[in-house]
Amino acid sequence: MSEHVKIALLGNPNTGKTSVFNALTGLTQKVGNYPGITVEKKEGICRLNHNAKGHLIDLPGTYSLNVSSMDESVVIELLLNKKSKDFPDVAVVVTDVENLKRNLLLFTQVKDLEIPTLLVINMADQMKRKGISLNLPLLEEMLDTKIALISTRENNGLEELKKMILDYRQLPTSPTIHINSIDENYFQNLEKTFPNQSLYKLWLVITQDVNFAKIDRKRVSDATDFKTQPTSYLKRIQQKETVKRYQFINNVLKQGLTVDRKAATDLRSRLDRVLIHKVWGYAIFFIMLMTIFQAIFHWSSIPQDFIDSSFVSLSESMKNNLPEGVFTNLLTEGIISGLGGIVIFIPQIAFLFFFISILEESGYMSRVVFLMDRGLRRFGLNGKSVIPLISGTACAIPAVMATRNIENWKERLITILVTPFTTCSARLPVYSILIALVIPEGSFFGLNYKGLMLMGLYLLGFGMALMAAWVLSKTLSITSKSYFVVEMPNYKLPLLKNVGITVWEKTRTFVTEAGKIILAISILLWILASYGPGKDFNNAEQIIKENYPELNANALEIKTNAYKLEHSYIGILGKSIEPLITPLGYDWKIGIALISSFAAREVFVGTLATIYSVESDTEDTIKNRMASEVRADGSPLFNLASGISLMLFYAFAMQCMSTLAIVKKETNSWKWPIVQLFGMSILAYVIALSTYQILA
Amino acid sequence: MIPLDQLLRGEKARIETIKTDKLPLKLIEMGCLPGNSITLIQKAPFNDPLYLKIDESHLAIRKETAKNIFVSLIE
Repeated sequence: MSEHVKIALLGNPNTGKTSVFNALTGLTQKVGNYPGITVEKKEGICRLNHNAKGHLIDLPGTYSLNVSSMDESVVIELLLNKKSKDFPDVAVVVTDVENLKRNLLLFTQVKDLEIPTLLVINMADQMKRKGISLNLPLLEEMLDTKIALISTRENNGLEELKKMILDYRQLPTSPTIHINSIDENYFQNLEKTFPNQSLYKLWLVITQDVNFAKIDRKRVSDATDFKTQPTSYLKRIQQKETVKRYQFINNVLKQGLTVDRKAATDLRSRLDRVLIHKVWGYAIFFIMLMTIFQAIFHWSSIPQDFIDSSFVSLSESMKNNLPEGVFTNLLTEGIISGLGGIVIFIPQIAFLFFFISILEESGYMSRVVFLMDRGLRRFGLNGKSVIPLISGTACAIPAVMATRNIENWKERLITILVTPFTTCSARLPVYSILIALVIPEGSFFGLNYKGLMLMGLYLLGFGMALMAAWVLSKTLSITSKSYFVVEMPNYKLPLLKNVGITVWEKTRTFVTEAGKIILAISILLWILASYGPGKDFNNAEQIIKENYPELNANALEIKTNAYKLEHSYIGILGKSIEPLITPLGYDWKIGIALISSFAAREVFVGTLATIYSVESDTEDTIKNRMASEVRADGSPLFNLASGISLMLFYAFAMQCMSTLAIVKKETNSWKWPIVQLFGMSILAYVIALSTYQILA
Repeated sequence: MIPLDQLLRGEKARIETIKTDKLPLKLIEMGCLPGNSITLIQKAPFNDPLYLKIDESHLAIRKETAKNIFVSLIE
């Protein structure tokens, strides 16, 4: 019989908990959501020995079991709910050898829940450099557990950790501190009311404002009587509890840990001197951002061109080799063009997540939060808004989720509302194809116009986000307490494995999740474009023949296809909104792309590709097709005025159903996504309209 | 005894009292407790937020929070 051990991985942020998770599970991990909420749930499988498997849950990083955010509440809900199918057989608390004292606070809390608890001391490779030595047998005795000393960087100690996990039944479950000694009166009363219950668990239920839906309801409602104590009284007990825990920890570490300060070299202060300098700090941050954006544009254009032309030749060879018919047309014109529209994003998404995960892993992101807090507060944001605003350049969905560690509700709401203004990667292909079409060659002080235009669009996105935030902060009347506590972690060289797994995980999620939508829309578009009502569509060939008897067969076919498209379902739809978008410089085909873009922006290029390939029978790249589109007077459809107007429309309009869905989830109301949809789209329309009218 | 926000860059002090009700529990749990040492490492431009080393934790808090922590200088 193979054994199955359920393991919960816990730890403070910045302890390398995720590295431990990655080292144990590799690519077996899957990311989902906890039921009903959008908190990311990371699970993975780990082989413990030849006939035992571990099922790991990587719980969100938390400093303590006293929760202050939605992410953290997941931790306590799982640990207090014995009936949950994920309730762990063993809890593994990951700590960083350099921050052992603070990290042990969480360990003592988890152990006091009387769950078998293992201690992992990570970053053992740093001990020599920092002059740290540990007396492990003594620590194990005093903390009453087993300790695995590991280094995920050097891949050390993981086998020992697996053995300890297998032996979890031998772990003592006695608590580290006796909670009644904190406030005898209060806890004696509690014990009298609930005999035979763990006092610490009761205490957590009383003090934590989390959703205990799945926990014994009766117990909770009884326990709420104890909430009648003023919260300041409860908080004082919490403070006493913290003091008590630190007394215990200090006593343990005094005997079990020695630090030779002379051996320590200080990378932190040397790097901080530059990276958070009042001038250099900002300059470096700005240069770093610009480098990232330039790199993304340049580096991904090579694989993207390759992908684009590969899909064209794939489609062409299928068309030549498969029997003619509806299915072949659906495959080549609908599905393959649609798939091409997904795959072409992969390089950019991968590069963006590569850079973002390096910034986070290295500890630099916290410095940016520190630098930007004061400035962003002026716009009603928070230093922590930097992370959503920067990760918004990849995708607004994870960015909106990243607002969760902003404790202040008003600042968090504003960050959620303005994040979709930042230039997400779905806008990038729209921009890059339009820039390539309408922005002339040439350079300005060594920076080429095309690159400058792209940079300008990114800055515009950030600028609009700030302006909108400022307006919202003046108009929204919400009062909430503002807490800002940011850990400034040690600088670390990012682990390649962690960066790699992040890039892989995010890219894969994009391809599967966004891919489904894009593919479905592509097929729907193809159907709508290939069929139409009435005699105009069905008798297209005859009508054209009668009207243009002088044309040869080839020209006749082109004319017929164009006429058919115009009278297909989608043509009718596009035509019906044409009056609305003509003042912006667009035709009805762009109108179709605009409508489908409200599902997701990245559909734009694919939609045009599908429409144009239904229209013509020869295969060509999307760019060449767009360049050959002309207006009634023979001038190119995509010129400077219409191109810029279109880019600005995409810069400001709220065209992403997934973002609206996530905003609804995170704000728990339809009000905010509706505000976003209409506010942003009306703004986009007005700006695009005035731009075209001025430039044309 | 002075409020923490009046500490100068590089100065080291000991925490004397804290206004428990005005501080987030998270900060207390990260070591902001009477008796612990505190060093002001750096101030962001416009003197806010403050980058501190409290006990052995490195963290940043805003000036308005720092006003609720009272310290005395250690030479």
